[in-house]
Amino acid sequence: MTFSSHQAKGKPPVDLAVDEPDSQPSPAWTSWWRAHWLAVLSHLAMVGLWSLASTRMPKFILPSPLDVLLALMNPRYNWPRHMAVTASEVFGGFALASIVGVSIAVIFSWWLFVSRAMMPLLVTINMIPKVAMAPLFIVWLSYGIGPNILITFTICFFPIVINTTRGLKEVEPDLIDLVRVLRASRGQILTKVQLPSALPFIFSGMRVAAVLAVAGAVVGEFIGSERGLGYAIMSFQSTMDTPGMFVALALITLVGVVLYGLVILAERCFVTADSRASK
Amino acid sequence: MNVAEASPAPDSVQPFIHLDKVRKSYKARGEEFLAVSDVTFDVAAGEFVALVGPSGCGKSTLLKILADLHHHDSGEVRIGSPDNPFDPSRDIGMVFQQALLLRWRTIIDNVMLPAEILGLPIKQSRERARDLLAMVGLAGFEDRYPHELSGGMQQRASIARAFIHDPKLILMDEPFGALDALTRERMNVELHRIWRESGKTILFVTHSISEAIFLSSQIVVLTARPARMAALVPISLPEPRTVADKTNAEFSNYARKVYELLGMT
Repeated sequence: MTFSSHQAKGKPPVDLAVDEPDSQPSPAWTSWWRAHWLAVLSHLAMVGLWSLASTRMPKFILPSPLDVLLALMNPRYNWPRHMAVTASEVFGGFALASIVGVSIAVIFSWWLFVSRAMMPLLVTINMIPKVAMAPLFIVWLSYGIGPNILITFTICFFPIVINTTRGLKEVEPDLIDLVRVLRASRGQILTKVQLPSALPFIFSGMRVAAVLAVAGAVVGEFIGSERGLGYAIMSFQSTMDTPGMFVALALITLVGVVLYGLVILAERCFVTADSRASK
Repeated sequence: MNVAEASPAPDSVQPFIHLDKVRKSYKARGEEFLAVSDVTFDVAAGEFVALVGPSGCGKSTLLKILADLHHHDSGEVRIGSPDNPFDPSRDIGMVFQQALLLRWRTIIDNVMLPAEILGLPIKQSRERARDLLAMVGLAGFEDRYPHELSGGMQQRASIARAFIHDPKLILMDEPFGALDALTRERMNVELHRIWRESGKTILFVTHSISEAIFLSSQIVVLTARPARMAALVPISLPEPRTVADKTNAEFSNYARKVYELLGMT
């Protein structure tokens, strides 16, 4: 049973609120508010403090929230274009890492000697700081979106491959025996037993990767790009356009939050509520 | 030993399962460890045979050899006979101590798993799965998920799953070992009924001597250190069996005999 269907039960019908349009928000909204009002409050408090602090500082050090909002609205900055570039690097690198990471973990689970040879090698390679490889990737792939996707990929790849490998390993051996007795093919064992069992692990790897993904793309844009939010931050630094830098930061964060949110959403769709709770 | 008198099949008919001097050893930390030695017995089609013995006597290993999940070192293992052919990929159903249900599948979809793997027709198999769930007392629970069921109910579902592809042989490795005592008694009665209704050949590993006597038509007693086969004990209790039979003098005699064979008296 999926998480959403658990939630659907036992709530009063929403159209109760129709009689008194201005006094009662929908019950779904009130329960959300009851669970999250403290979080909303802390975010608002931060904006308030920021607003207060900005009145005592010059604009190029700390712009006010209004300055930042104006920069966001100003078409001169061309935000959609920069954001599209960064988002495609982040999502592209992440998607590639998910596909390759899971595939490699599957190969490890099939051939023990491959895993014995390659896993330690991967751990060693993982010790290389990925952002320090960015200049090298630019040499290899030249400027543009390519090297930035590659950096994002290398950052996202390891948590996914390591978690998936663990998830595939932790499948109950008797369960594998149960289907092996029926002469199940490797593909059947994978799709019917191993991968679904490993899904909670795959998603926890993807969650870690989603948090790291944005950093990869932005570092790539810092050093070798003429587009993207990372490039935007560097160019605004040279003109002391602090409000622009703030907007770029906020939009980078937004890309990360959207990616993370999509991973959580997919997890809720594909992983049953009881196995998520046990992780 | 009463090996000869235990032979259930007439001499002219080949037994369904024939084991002769089966031996299997493992190497662990450089030392050879004898898991199964000198196991010899026959099982006729439709028999219920319990394998009893202490931990480490190789009961589960023997079951896995029969399922072709392990290879044996020497001796003969043969399943099937000319008049009762055996296809190892389709004719084995397994039940383990854990129910091993897939938590992302409903109960009926769990029961369907072997049918899917073997590529059996889905529609007929689904109907059969419903019938089997009714047989194990789970009618109405088809669309529940495993975590919504108790341990005993999960194990019932796993028994239904072992029957879905209509195998000739069902191997059970301590299927009730994780259940509480009363649930276990109830499951014994039901399994006995299911076995009688289905006519399957069942091999059943257990630690419980009373469970073995209650369920079986024949008990294979195994000893540990050295791991080997001690004896065969044919059980002839009246049918249908009820829990009350466990208090009979006849039942106690069998129990005493098995305890003696295990060297526990």
